[in-house]
Amino acid sequence: MAKRAAPEVNAGSMADIAFLLLIFFLVTTTIPKDSGISRKLPPIDESETEPPIIRQKNIFTVSLNNRNQMLVEENLMEIEDLRAAAVEFLDNNGDGTCTFCKGKRDPNSSDNPDKAVISLKNERETSYATYISVQNELVAAYNELRNRRALEIGAQKGFPNMNFIEMQAKLDDVRWSGNKTKLKEVIEQIQLEIPQKLSEVQ
Amino acid sequence: MAKFNKKKSGDLPPVNTAALPDIVFMLLFFFMVATVMRENTLKIANILPVANQVEKLDKKNPISYIYIGKPSDNYASKFGTEARIQLNDDFADVSEIVPFINQERAALREELIPFLTVSLKVDKKSNMGIVGDVKQELRKANALKINYTTGTGDVSANAE
Repeated sequence: MAKRAAPEVNAGSMADIAFLLLIFFLVTTTIPKDSGISRKLPPIDESETEPPIIRQKNIFTVSLNNRNQMLVEENLMEIEDLRAAAVEFLDNNGDGTCTFCKGKRDPNSSDNPDKAVISLKNERETSYATYISVQNELVAAYNELRNRRALEIGAQKGFPNMNFIEMQAKLDDVRWSGNKTKLKEVIEQIQLEIPQKLSEVQ
Repeated sequence: MAKFNKKKSGDLPPVNTAALPDIVFMLLFFFMVATVMRENTLKIANILPVANQVEKLDKKNPISYIYIGKPSDNYASKFGTEARIQLNDDFADVSEIVPFINQERAALREELIPFLTVSLKVDKKSNMGIVGDVKQELRKANALKINYTTGTGDVSANAE
């Protein structure tokens, strides 16, 4: 028998098969885009301990009614104005213990950012869109203060021109080459100085 | 001279397509890797509200999804037009949330259980009543890390 070379496999239709698969995956692909506002729910407290008494001036009440109107400290307010009002409340520094605040030091508003509590109340008929808008503005108020503080501390600790949001992004970024332990300390310090104290009324 | 003229023989040579499968395979692999199959078929309307102070949901941690919204047109006759909860592939009652969370936890590796995040995908037209009920159930199930999943954009778009 003559030695015969194995016939070459016809690969001409390979492209067609690959195209078919490609189109299938193209169609089924949904690039995930999940992002949102993270919150921590309070655990159910079975104990009968009295909740700590918070002075009225340290509470910033926001309530939403069934027609999606917003009442802030007993006054009707539009959502656009909420952020500025919340910043003013948190930044007030009534007792003067906050070294970085730039508020008006109004004795009838919050003592310092650590004591200030924002209380959010909604009704069953409040729409979810409004609720998210309000949550967003309140988070924005905290972020505004944290960003300002980050620019101050960052300059001293060797992270100049970086706001709080950028610091957090850098901490998660594997390609960033800076000192992460130091950055984490800065972030934790800011979170400690300006804690997010947002309570929801059930 | 004839030697040089010979080359100019009218037709263009055919384009070599031998590398075409390689290119297509490269694209194919990209999409295969990037693809996330839709886990649940939604039986409800689910247009998320938008917010701009959002954090990315960390895919490293386990996530469970709870969908809330009005039943879509096909199901409206059977389930009405009031907002409902969807867990996995079916409508569910508020009382089914605790078993659902426990079931999700059972499927996880033990060290990941404390990091379970519940993503609430709530239609923007829903009311807070049902969301509040769900939150209360999540507290009972001790699933305290939640995320109001939203789109990104300016909040003024929510008012429409």
